[in-house]
Amino acid sequence: MVNLKKYNDVFKLFVIFLTLLIVVSCGKQNYNITKIEGKRIPITEKENQVAQIENFIKPYREHINNDLDSILAYCPTTLDKSGQWQSTIGNLMADVSLMRGNLVFETREKKKIDICLLNSGGIRSILPKGNITARNAFEIMPFENSMVVIALKGEQINEMVDFLITDKKSHPLSGITFTIDKSNKSKNVLVQGKPIQKETIYYVGTNDYLSDGGDNMNFFKKGIQKFDLDYKLRNILIDYFKQVDTIPVIKDIRITVE
Amino acid sequence: MKRREFIEKTAAGSALLSLGLSLSSFETVKTQQLTILHTNDVHSYIDPFPADHPRNANMGGVARRASLIEKIREENPNVLLLDAGDIFQGTPYFNYYGGELEFKLMSMMKYDVATIGNHDFDNGLQGLYAQLPHASFDFVSANYDFKNTVMDGHVKPYKIFNKNGIKVGVFGLGVELQGLVDKKMYGETVYNDPVETTQDMVRILKQEQKCDLVICLSHIGYNYRNEPEKICDLKLATLTKDIDMILGGHTHTFLDKPTVVKNLDGKDVLVNQVGCYGINLGRIDVFFDSDKNKIHDGRSIVV
Repeated sequence: MVNLKKYNDVFKLFVIFLTLLIVVSCGKQNYNITKIEGKRIPITEKENQVAQIENFIKPYREHINNDLDSILAYCPTTLDKSGQWQSTIGNLMADVSLMRGNLVFETREKKKIDICLLNSGGIRSILPKGNITARNAFEIMPFENSMVVIALKGEQINEMVDFLITDKKSHPLSGITFTIDKSNKSKNVLVQGKPIQKETIYYVGTNDYLSDGGDNMNFFKKGIQKFDLDYKLRNILIDYFKQVDTIPVIKDIRITVE
Repeated sequence: MKRREFIEKTAAGSALLSLGLSLSSFETVKTQQLTILHTNDVHSYIDPFPADHPRNANMGGVARRASLIEKIREENPNVLLLDAGDIFQGTPYFNYYGGELEFKLMSMMKYDVATIGNHDFDNGLQGLYAQLPHASFDFVSANYDFKNTVMDGHVKPYKIFNKNGIKVGVFGLGVELQGLVDKKMYGETVYNDPVETTQDMVRILKQEQKCDLVICLSHIGYNYRNEPEKICDLKLATLTKDIDMILGGHTHTFLDKPTVVKNLDGKDVLVNQVGCYGINLGRIDVFFDSDKNKIHDGRSIVV
């Protein structure tokens, strides 16, 4: 027994020694990189699906699909971007944005939006003939752009008109009409049916991207005042689809060429 | 009594023996393999692309990505799973649920850490903050200072992982927000210079913390051909040292294979990005050994 006790003491000491040794020599084992291999693995239909993940997604997907695919309105003919100076889908978007934007602007600011100008490039899809759903609004307006109103003097409205004449794109336009004469200059510029006045302040609805000078619409940067309506253009469309039964086909002439 | 003595002696002896054995094992060279998997700019793409899609027909899909990751984990459990930002925005899943499903699925796939992309601010700081309870993984960003925002304390500059004895440091970098994200959305978030931030990070991770591997998880973009002055992953790699790899995002760059760039010390840095929308998974295998006698300047990067 005595021997064993001594042995235990030696053993304890040895354990302490080993522990110290481990701490000293292996406290931080240094690893060196010997080789790095890198590759890209495409995720294709050959890959199995993890059932647990798929089942987890399912209720979310079904809710979205039910909501996106419920019928909100009917479109009697396909509306698209074709047209030199204006298009059926552009006219609809500009008119609807002006009308629904005004619901917010009039309540908040007690003022009226005079003009609406959006960009042709922002319309990402057609509005096909048939039943219209929220999914169509997502396809037309996938971006999160919101409506803003910029206060511009008549002078800047004239710059806007000059821009439209040189840009030659069917940008959605509402609330203003003008004629392009034979020398490629504007004449007969009417805002809400009245001749434009240089010093008058007009309220122009557009999207946040263009209001910062996007698509070279630099005249928006000269605005005297800016109002964020916190109203996404996509939601404007969805709310409009809910508001009407049949989508109008709007063809009145906004830009006349002599 | 004799029996007890015998048992005690035997127990002590076997303890000694096993210690002796483990002691000798320190002398042999250990080799380790770490598999790093990474995604970027998934943009709420949860379902695979439809069969009639003109560019990416039948590609992607979270349930398939999860299966691929599971398979790789079975092959080598020593995995680090990373995302380089822009988890949010791109499909109605985000518009309807604000990122909840994206975070929940990434948690189910056991993502370890993600960095913050510009689109992750699309519902504002509040929108990002609101989804944090759905993420079981961490966020790292070293050059976004969230001190004066609701995100304060929820984003770390870096995270250190111990993967089977290998010390891995991962730090995050984000892209300049001004002009890219509406100020309303990012609020008082301060953007700091990525190069200066990286110098601080590698000092902490390599010199102070002695990480065996340093990874930069970046959302600053791979390269800007038309803006040569703009900081990007390729420039960052050449302007700094002690980063082993930059796993990036933002520019939706589909690299056929990772790029290898020389850093300030003339050492190789691996730079990778795997496109967008969960179409690809990046896989980087790193092999280590613990041989102290070897000098390891000549590591090889095989791409």
